[in-house]
Amino acid sequence: MPSVERHQPARSANTGAAGAVADRIFAGITCAAALLALGLLGAIMLTLVAGAWPAIRAFGLGFVASAVWDPAQQQFGGLVMIYGTLATSLIALLIAVPVSFGIALFLTELSPTWLKRPLGTAIELLAAIPSIVYGMWGLLVFAPILSSYVQQPLQRSLGDVPLLGALVSGPPVGIGILSAGIILSIMVIPFIASVMRDVFELTPKLLKESAYGLGATTWEVMSQVVLPYTRSGVIGGIMLGLGRALGETMAVTFVIGNMNQLKSPSMFEAANSITSTLANEFAEASPGLHQASLIYLGLVLFFITFVVLAGSRLMLARLARSEGART
Amino acid sequence: MMAPRPVYPPGRLSLHAWRRRTNALALTLSVAAMGFGLFWLGWILWETLRLGLAGMALSLFTQVTPAPNDAGGLANAIVGSLSMVALATAVGTPIGMLAGIYLVEYRPRGALAAATRFVNDILLSAPSIVIGLFIFEAVVAPMGGFSGWAGAAALALIVIPVVLRTTENTLKLVPAELREAAYALGAPKWRVILAITLRAARAGVVTGVLLAVARIAGETAPLLFTALNNQFWASDLAHPTASLPVVIFQFAMSPYENWQHLAWAGVLLITLAVLGLNILARALARGR
Repeated sequence: MPSVERHQPARSANTGAAGAVADRIFAGITCAAALLALGLLGAIMLTLVAGAWPAIRAFGLGFVASAVWDPAQQQFGGLVMIYGTLATSLIALLIAVPVSFGIALFLTELSPTWLKRPLGTAIELLAAIPSIVYGMWGLLVFAPILSSYVQQPLQRSLGDVPLLGALVSGPPVGIGILSAGIILSIMVIPFIASVMRDVFELTPKLLKESAYGLGATTWEVMSQVVLPYTRSGVIGGIMLGLGRALGETMAVTFVIGNMNQLKSPSMFEAANSITSTLANEFAEASPGLHQASLIYLGLVLFFITFVVLAGSRLMLARLARSEGART
Repeated sequence: MMAPRPVYPPGRLSLHAWRRRTNALALTLSVAAMGFGLFWLGWILWETLRLGLAGMALSLFTQVTPAPNDAGGLANAIVGSLSMVALATAVGTPIGMLAGIYLVEYRPRGALAAATRFVNDILLSAPSIVIGLFIFEAVVAPMGGFSGWAGAAALALIVIPVVLRTTENTLKLVPAELREAAYALGAPKWRVILAITLRAARAGVVTGVLLAVARIAGETAPLLFTALNNQFWASDLAHPTASLPVVIFQFAMSPYENWQHLAWAGVLLITLAVLGLNILARALARGR
């Protein structure tokens, strides 16, 4: 250990009273850093509440149920954006959950060992790509293709059907709730898939091999042994993905169309999410009720994601606990 | 496989066939899901490369962002991004590291540690635009204007949880014997931590810092109303400062062709930098 040798001469200075003082100072600094990290969440919450206070006082909880957003009349309600955020995240989960499950199944049960690492890394790189890249690619590359190969054929075939027709109406440019949801799904797949893969790996080999020994197929082992064993971890992973989808900003802002409307139920009609509204309006909003209402929206978003992420964390902790109790 | 056929009652055999078919279907879908994921990665990278390379030129690094339909580069945005990312890393890394040290070396159990871990996990995935709102209220409004300092502060808040998490995870892996050996030689605790424990965990901590830099290099949302944007050189970080992601956002949403070309070039730069940092971090973590 050459490093210890090198520090020997300094030793005498550090033992005794001086060393104890230095120790206490260092402990104090690390403790302060931990307290800072701990206090951040509370500071964010309090600051947002303070910033949103004029809007909270003016509109109360009815803010989340009102669809009026009119800066000229100083009337604000967040329903349109909250709906946009929830609808895009729901579409994202509908696509991402089965795909992530398939990817995790592939990585844990099917993939040859030498392919596991490169393929796992490739999927994780999807999470590393900055959201602005997803956004620009989504707007300029993906949306036109979605429009000509999905939206317009759907409109041609379903346009006159009473209910379904309304669901696919809208200008043929491929932006709106659906494209935002699809792009969000690609962005959250790596998060859900890597949690699923990690918890699947936790399943005791003995359980799986017993099932294989009884003649179960890979799918039966997966669906009747691994999945029940890791259920809370899987739910935790899905909630982590949901938390990511709810708060994603740039990718959604590019492709959702940024229009405050709730009249059309169409998946292809321009809409707005909490994050896209903040990204587009906040820097230009006049101080006062408009700005406070935008911060109120941010507060609602932060509250929803906090609940979802806390739930995710608790589910994952539950799996870890039962894992600890077992061994 | 034909011989045992008469032995089983016909119902059994069809059940067996059905199970095998379900299995084959599920496994096929699983392979398809893997292909689905790789397909998007390939497509996005391909388009980024194709459209970004078209806009690559030396002027990107030497000229400032132009007016619509004018020639120019991204130099001010690149420098703005680099300085804010560097400052945020310099501020966020020590805080995250020290907090991680506290959680492993001083207070691994107890309510305070549990609460800090919980909060850190939430912040790790919290919407970055909310961080921007927070900094707007806490820094921009009191200081009376958008500034590069505010942008760096917002990014630093994103660095802290990433570094804290990786520091904690790697310090936990350092064997206790190493610390005990240093204590036995009479070293005080702070010395043991800095010279022995942290040094043994060096690769992991560096990995965390690289991942944090990769994360904030591409962040747009927290800069939108903290650093804002600037078409020209900002003399220092006390003024609104251009950053690569925000300039890309502005240019990509515009109808001007030269702006869109610049945006694609910027997207390629960011993607290369971020993916490069990620791969470097992974290689480092594996070499540990």
